[in-house]
Amino acid sequence: MSHSPIQPTILSRPVYGELEPRSGSQHLFVADAEGGEAILDMARAAPEGFFDKAHIIFIPKETGQSLVARLESLKPAQLHIAPSYSAVVPRLHRVLSSAHMGLQLYLSGTEGLMGQAMLEATNQGIPHTAIQTEHRGSLCRRVQCVHCKGITEDVTMDPFQCSHCGLHLFVRDHYSRRMAAFQGVCVDAENPGDIPEPVERFP
Amino acid sequence: MSGGANFQVTVFEVTPVNDLITRFSFVRSDGGELPRFSGGAHTVVEMHDEGKRRLNPYSLMSDPADTRAYSISVRRDDAGRGGSLFMHRQVKPGMEMTISAPVNLFALDLRARKHLMIAGGIGITPFMAQIRQLSMMGGRFELHYAARSPDLAAYADTLLAAHPGRVRTYFDEQGQKIDLEALLDGQPLGTHLYVCGPKGLMNWVLETATQLGWPREAVHSEEFLAPPSGKPFEVRLAASNKSVTVDEHQSLLEAIEEAGVDAPYLCRGGACGQCETRVLEHEGTLIHNDHWLTEEQRASGERIMPCVSRFEGRTLVLDR
Repeated sequence: MSHSPIQPTILSRPVYGELEPRSGSQHLFVADAEGGEAILDMARAAPEGFFDKAHIIFIPKETGQSLVARLESLKPAQLHIAPSYSAVVPRLHRVLSSAHMGLQLYLSGTEGLMGQAMLEATNQGIPHTAIQTEHRGSLCRRVQCVHCKGITEDVTMDPFQCSHCGLHLFVRDHYSRRMAAFQGVCVDAENPGDIPEPVERFP
Repeated sequence: MSGGANFQVTVFEVTPVNDLITRFSFVRSDGGELPRFSGGAHTVVEMHDEGKRRLNPYSLMSDPADTRAYSISVRRDDAGRGGSLFMHRQVKPGMEMTISAPVNLFALDLRARKHLMIAGGIGITPFMAQIRQLSMMGGRFELHYAARSPDLAAYADTLLAAHPGRVRTYFDEQGQKIDLEALLDGQPLGTHLYVCGPKGLMNWVLETATQLGWPREAVHSEEFLAPPSGKPFEVRLAASNKSVTVDEHQSLLEAIEEAGVDAPYLCRGGACGQCETRVLEHEGTLIHNDHWLTEEQRASGERIMPCVSRFEGRTLVLDR
């Protein structure tokens, strides 16, 4: 069973599964926050020697040091702890650009992290359906304002105010794989100033 | 009628390529143009062989952008049902024939960063057109071509001369074999794999790719099955209210057509799924020979692909 409360809605809204070990020449993990627990849970089903070929990139966020020692105990070939996704991009890019077919990619944690890492991977030629994902932790969304195109990270409220142009945006389930973001649309276009009370829809 | 659009064509050239393989080219009898196609497409050739109507799929191997003529290569199968023998013995330049519009069940995935092709024997034909298409687009490809001997490796010399460094041949008689694990292991991310050839080669390549962690979406294969022979059987066509007998060397689809019932089809080789038919009743065993139905669908006994599959038992009723 999935640990995520995310349910399918419209077709474009991504849904996530549960990580499982697959056969491959190399195993690349990218996880943030509680996503680290998904790796630990999957490890129980992993065959002997699985992590000898594994590279784990982990962004602890608010989990701090709590998962790091446990990830170390898996003895992956490489464990890289990073402060943010943007700090990870150059490493991820280098790893993928020199990788061979047979590499398995495992993404876990928040949707923003998984979406952006998936975009990087699909740009390097991995079919998006061949990438494993598992949602854990916050439901916060990465949202693109359809008006100014600015992206706001970690959106928990709906509607929310665009951090770029200041419009009040309704957060749709309409998702763009190309942008790795949900679409935010002006909520008071017909009646300027008529803005519903924001609700914490993505805690 | 089923099977999509057809063209009346005239056989333009018949060219023996080696002991087993002959190439045929067709132009439209009315002088018009044939449609462009995409590399990997096939056409279904209609033959009238002593009162028997045969419809066999063959991969188009000519330049996909050439609208004046289509070419196919046919390997003679002396133990086959007779389609290839008809092509080799009866088809002469100037003869009029009917061929279907191109259908592609083995297209290149143009999102690929590199195309890795593995051909066995006559399985080279779809790659001939795909390589032309990629050459025109500047696409990156590599072909590994296995054949019994240099004499039977049709078009190997042409390919080696036109694409030095991109084509490699392997001859069984000389004990040469593709080092498949090393080949698959060394491919850059974003490579798509294509395989066409005999069953043994295809299974070996597909199984090895799965073991090495290649995603299913990046692996493409094509195999046209000849309808296997078997014991004759009776079938009741409920919608048309007819009963027909399927002969030993006839396919279920051919028997349905012979009874004057228009049934859907495209590839006639168990690959495309077009002829899928509902089984209303059966007392006996459905012999599934296709590449289309899933294990669950087969187990349910509710579907059959009449182009290649058969039946053994007392009664079979189809929704046709």
